[in-house]
Amino acid sequence: MTPARPRGRALFVASVVLAASLALGLMAGAAGISPRAIALALLDRLPLVSVHSGLAPVEEGLLFQLRVPRVLLAAVVGGLLATAGAGYQGVFRNPLADPYLLGAAAGAGLTVTLVVVFLGGDTGVSAVPIAAFAGAVGGVFLAYALGHTAGRGGGTATLVLAGVAVTSFLTAIQTFVQQLKVEELQRIYSWILGDVGGGWDQLRMIAPYAAVSTVVMLLHGRLLDVLSVGDEEAVSLGLRAARVRFVVLLAASLATASAVAVSGLIAFVGIVVPHVVRRLAGWSYRIVLPLSFLGGAAFLVLADTIARTVLAPAELPIGVVTAFVGAPFFVTVLRVTRRVET
Amino acid sequence: MSGRAVPAVEARGVGVTLGGRRVLADVTLSAAPGQWLAVIGPNGAGKSTLLRAVAGLVPREGEVLVEGTAVDDLRPRRRARLIAYAPQSPALPPDMTVYDYALLGRTPYIAYLGSESARDREVTRSVLERLDLDGFASRPLGHLSGGERQRVVLARALVQQAPVLLLDEPTTALDLGHQQQVLELVDRLRLADDLTVVTTLHDLSLAAQYADALVLLAAGRAVAAGPPARVLAEPLLTEHFGARVRVEPGPEGRPVVHLVRPSVASMAEEA
Repeated sequence: MTPARPRGRALFVASVVLAASLALGLMAGAAGISPRAIALALLDRLPLVSVHSGLAPVEEGLLFQLRVPRVLLAAVVGGLLATAGAGYQGVFRNPLADPYLLGAAAGAGLTVTLVVVFLGGDTGVSAVPIAAFAGAVGGVFLAYALGHTAGRGGGTATLVLAGVAVTSFLTAIQTFVQQLKVEELQRIYSWILGDVGGGWDQLRMIAPYAAVSTVVMLLHGRLLDVLSVGDEEAVSLGLRAARVRFVVLLAASLATASAVAVSGLIAFVGIVVPHVVRRLAGWSYRIVLPLSFLGGAAFLVLADTIARTVLAPAELPIGVVTAFVGAPFFVTVLRVTRRVET
Repeated sequence: MSGRAVPAVEARGVGVTLGGRRVLADVTLSAAPGQWLAVIGPNGAGKSTLLRAVAGLVPREGEVLVEGTAVDDLRPRRRARLIAYAPQSPALPPDMTVYDYALLGRTPYIAYLGSESARDREVTRSVLERLDLDGFASRPLGHLSGGERQRVVLARALVQQAPVLLLDEPTTALDLGHQQQVLELVDRLRLADDLTVVTTLHDLSLAAQYADALVLLAAGRAVAAGPPARVLAEPLLTEHFGARVRVEPGPEGRPVVHLVRPSVASMAEEA
């Protein structure tokens, strides 16, 4: 009854879509490297395989130092944001919850602004992601601490409100700080609008957090399903609802912070991808979470490919593309899978 | 009530304070195995809170014992294997199927990061069959009528296979026919599986017809307890419900409570 087979099929389809978008992302770019050469060069990197791709060293360098890490970073960030969004939606039982709900975005925005304004451009390369990560974690922590003291009993409504308060408070400080140094506005905004060109260093930096948070979220699919009938009933079924919520929230926030650290504040992925997945594959978090990861990854790889090709050699901010392409796509999915609201 | 046998469920000195307000104080109740106990009382008397306190869903004072074991000493999953609870208005995610919803009743039997076993599926299947819901298994909860919903919630509670079933107003929002259907169903299952049922019921005549014993709550205290004929006494009801009623003996000696319009009553007295 519980659809084991459709679940497998959906995961397979999503994996194929992701693989196709990764391939597309690798092929797109100014230097026309042939797909065949790319495939051979990738094969050559596998252990025990040795083939000659025919690529010049420069092309090979471009492929492995720019395109591969960029495509992978886009995939990881998209996967993290979409899974975190699904996790937040499950914890809050609210379809409008997104990864930035609890102050992660505002926290990161503030710390990045502080770094850019007070440390200037020189240290930016490595300081910005660390600052963003710390700011995102700090923002969520603040919201959680505030929500916890304001509302007893572990209710979620107070927590959401605390997130709103923290977000506007931190944003106010950020706006004030950035007015102090208007000439840095453009740098701050280009960070906010997002970029996944951080390379292997940034990928390596977030890998452990990304891996742990994703695994933890994926493991909690069944428990989020139990939570979906409400806290009280979940507790009556023997679930420690508050603990499950806390663990998932922690993992989703860590995932968000990891994504924000290396990509800025990319909008839309975290809220739209889980909804598209739900429309296509059903309500259960056991399928929504893994499909969100795959779908979010594919979506952001495609968005980044569009961002760096439509106006080549100029690049569009990826956040602009996710919203510009994502919104009509979302509406289309909603219309195609139209259903009776209950 | 019953002498020697260990009660299936027993609450002693239950008190609940919510948001600084004393909602329940020193409530005691007890139900023998296989018995149906109904909690009655005016609005705001604390009926639902009492059920939730027994189920362990609100912080409380006092003791709750199931088959002689204090539930506070049990881990949540162990407790959930002893007490099943269905709230008055359960959250039913509209896209979830009847089968998947009922399957949630197996939660107490599944390890934290585990998943359902073949046995969990089998139990769920057989419960759905018993409640004539097997044809509904793949239907989304959002497409059910009120009566069907109530049966599905009951199915989830039964899938839990707990000896004690707490049902908060199982007949709210149902028409007469469906009220009767649900209560008959609960009664049949109770007799077949020797379940102990504790319900809140706002309809006093219904409570009298189905329950073996009643507890009358008023302002957070248990003011009367015992067989329906004893608890449903006119002076008690007048005092605690603020209603003019007439209690008449009904079928099988179970009392029937009628509301009496004040004007009609005074006319009758004059006549």
